[in-house]
Amino acid sequence: MLKLDKVGKTYRIGAFGGQELRAVHDVSFQVNPGEVVSLIGESGSGKSTIGKMVLRLLPPSAGAITLDGTPEADYYRHVQGVFQDPFSSYNPIFKADRVFEMVRQGFGLPSQDWREKVEAALRSVRLDPGAVLGKYPHQLSGGQLQRMLIARALLLELKVLVADEIISMLDASTRIDVLNLLGELRERGLGILFITHDLSLGNYVSDRTVVLYKGRMVETGRTDRVFGDPRHPYTRRLLASVPQLHRKWSEEEEQPEPEAECLFHAPGEGWVEPDHFVGCAFGGEQDECPRAAEAVVIPLR
Amino acid sequence: MTLKVDDLRVYYRTLRGEVKALDGVSFTLADGEIMGLAGESGCGKSTLGKSLIRLDQRMKHVGGSVELDGQVLPIADDRRMNAHRFFEVSLIPQYSMSALNPTRKIGRMIEELLRSRGAPFDRKELERRLHLVGLSTDVLDRYPIELSGGMKQRTVMVISTLLDPSLLIADEVTSALDVSSQRAVAQTLLEFRDRHLVKSMIVVTHDLSLVYQIADTIMVMYAGKLAEKAPAKTIVNAPRHPYTQALINSLPEVGVRYSERRLQGIPGSPPSLLNPPKGCRFRDRCPLAFDKCETEPPFTEIAQGHSVACWKAI
Ligand SMILES: Nc1ncnc2c1ncn2[C@@H]1O[C@H](COP(=O)(O)OP(=O)(O)OP(=O)(O)O)[C@@H](O)[C@H]1O
Ligand SMILES: Nc1ncnc2c1ncn2[C@@H]1O[C@H](COP(=O)(O)OP(=O)(O)OP(=O)(O)O)[C@@H](O)[C@H]1O
Ligand code: SF4
Ligand SMILES: [Mg+2]
Ligand SMILES: [Mg+2]
Repeated sequence: MLKLDKVGKTYRIGAFGGQELRAVHDVSFQVNPGEVVSLIGESGSGKSTIGKMVLRLLPPSAGAITLDGTPEADYYRHVQGVFQDPFSSYNPIFKADRVFEMVRQGFGLPSQDWREKVEAALRSVRLDPGAVLGKYPHQLSGGQLQRMLIARALLLELKVLVADEIISMLDASTRIDVLNLLGELRERGLGILFITHDLSLGNYVSDRTVVLYKGRMVETGRTDRVFGDPRHPYTRRLLASVPQLHRKWSEEEEQPEPEAECLFHAPGEGWVEPDHFVGCAFGGEQDECPRAAEAVVIPLR
Repeated sequence: MTLKVDDLRVYYRTLRGEVKALDGVSFTLADGEIMGLAGESGCGKSTLGKSLIRLDQRMKHVGGSVELDGQVLPIADDRRMNAHRFFEVSLIPQYSMSALNPTRKIGRMIEELLRSRGAPFDRKELERRLHLVGLSTDVLDRYPIELSGGMKQRTVMVISTLLDPSLLIADEVTSALDVSSQRAVAQTLLEFRDRHLVKSMIVVTHDLSLVYQIADTIMVMYAGKLAEKAPAKTIVNAPRHPYTQALINSLPEVGVRYSERRLQGIPGSPPSLLNPPKGCRFRDRCPLAFDKCETEPPFTEIAQGHSVACWKAI
């Protein structure tokens, strides 16, 4: 089980790192084996920052991220990531077979049966080994590369997969294939942290959902609860802005502002039922959270 | 008419032969038209976009022509294209947000870019456009790594349209964005058009429900060829090509869950573009295929502004 405990991240920005930017505040949740947790939120809300901390590409500024019963040295082979831009994950001058070989050497895995293992992993993501091995990254389409990355991760003793916006560059039918693949991996016991901005796809594949607003968790719980009975005004607005086929923005009637009352002020206070947490978008900070008015309007940018 | 593409063929040279990524594509774009371009991964959408801007060394212009505002675009002549690129036709490439130079602050990079093209740098206008896409002018003093994916994408959008090109090709510009920025960016594209900053647009996207919001027309490609082009409403509500129908049907409805109902992609995979089969390229996966499909169906106008390449539809 992957556990995030009060994780925070502050970046230093500006010419000499003179300014600070708090990208993630006090985030706690866990990803159990055989569970897909989706992490949703607007651009800049800190989703990728959390993903990178889970992958140990960035150190947290506060809190801890642990994988149960795993010595630190093995963390890397158990927790792997796939990113939105598959091209940046590949060295353009290496062909696919070489990429897989480097995985083997990098993690000190035995060379015996390696070719068979690679082919099996490729077939399990529905790629034809003959058609992709021997090609350079730019000779493959975005969808093929994305599936190859998942196959690469599968070759390790993977326990947790971090998938950061991996489907946004795929067409509708390939998306469904990749999502169903994640569903199958989950059934094999993998834990998946699924970072997405696509709410309907997050809803389709995940068991639990974490909603972030400016680096803070505002709502989390079982996906059917969060999507079916969203409590935080911010979650409600986010859900209401999903574009839908057959329904044009320009033809929409002016919607009355969704109810914007926010009754959840302090972190840790907001359990509306077991496993459904709603928190203050401002971390309960007095000067920011206009509690006095008993109403918080959180604008979608 | 802004754009007229006639029987365009662009292939990639590889050691194993030519990849026929754009194999006889003809369409027009009216003044002010926003066209969505959709189709399965690898069908040639980005190749079409790149062909109108710059052919890299591996791409070969095999045939056909492109006219922009009544002038032939010398697409195969890299040097002569310099006069058109960025000034008259501009491309926001797919994955462009990871292509920003990491060692330059955004503001400095934009200045250098404009200077290298011999174009004027108007700071006021730049700031105004950043506001249009919902960015604060602070981004000019930041490095690309300090911006989130969505912020970078919007920055690239502003840069590509600074010189008010006739034609803008936006390759997957919204796919990295969350729903609210997607909406903002989509509406910005509309606004660019309505304010005549850009005359016409090709918006390449996998998000049909998003592009439906702003596109006048949608064109669907399959395996290097055109399958269908029609007004956006027609593509969504009454598509005639079996591939378009399958594509529309594979969009998840809001509320469907993996554990309750398994959605299905389109079974099978598209043909290799190295030696594509004769006849209709969708034949292997088409539920309606019949013997006639062994000859290639022509891309035919079946109603005003609605063209289809399928024997069952024409
Ligand atoms: N390396 C960095 N240095 C400084 N600031 C950063 C860095 N990486 C991210 N940030 C800032 O941290 C915040 C969160 O960024 P992050 O990339 O985690 O967002 P995100 O939720 O993944 O957004 P998107 O949906 O656009 O990808 C943003 O304000 C961003 O500008
Ligand atoms: N440099 C290259 N050399 C050889 N083949 C290439 C090259 N670039 C692209 N291809 C092939 O050309 C075809 C069209 O690629 P293109 O990038 O245009 O697809 P796309 O429709 O944009 O796909 P996606 O939706 O995944 O971005 C694909 O089959 C791809 O494998
Ligand atoms: S031409 Fe034939 S194979 Fe092709 S889409 Fe139409 S019916 Fe199907
Ligand atoms: Mg991100
Ligand atoms: Mg593309």
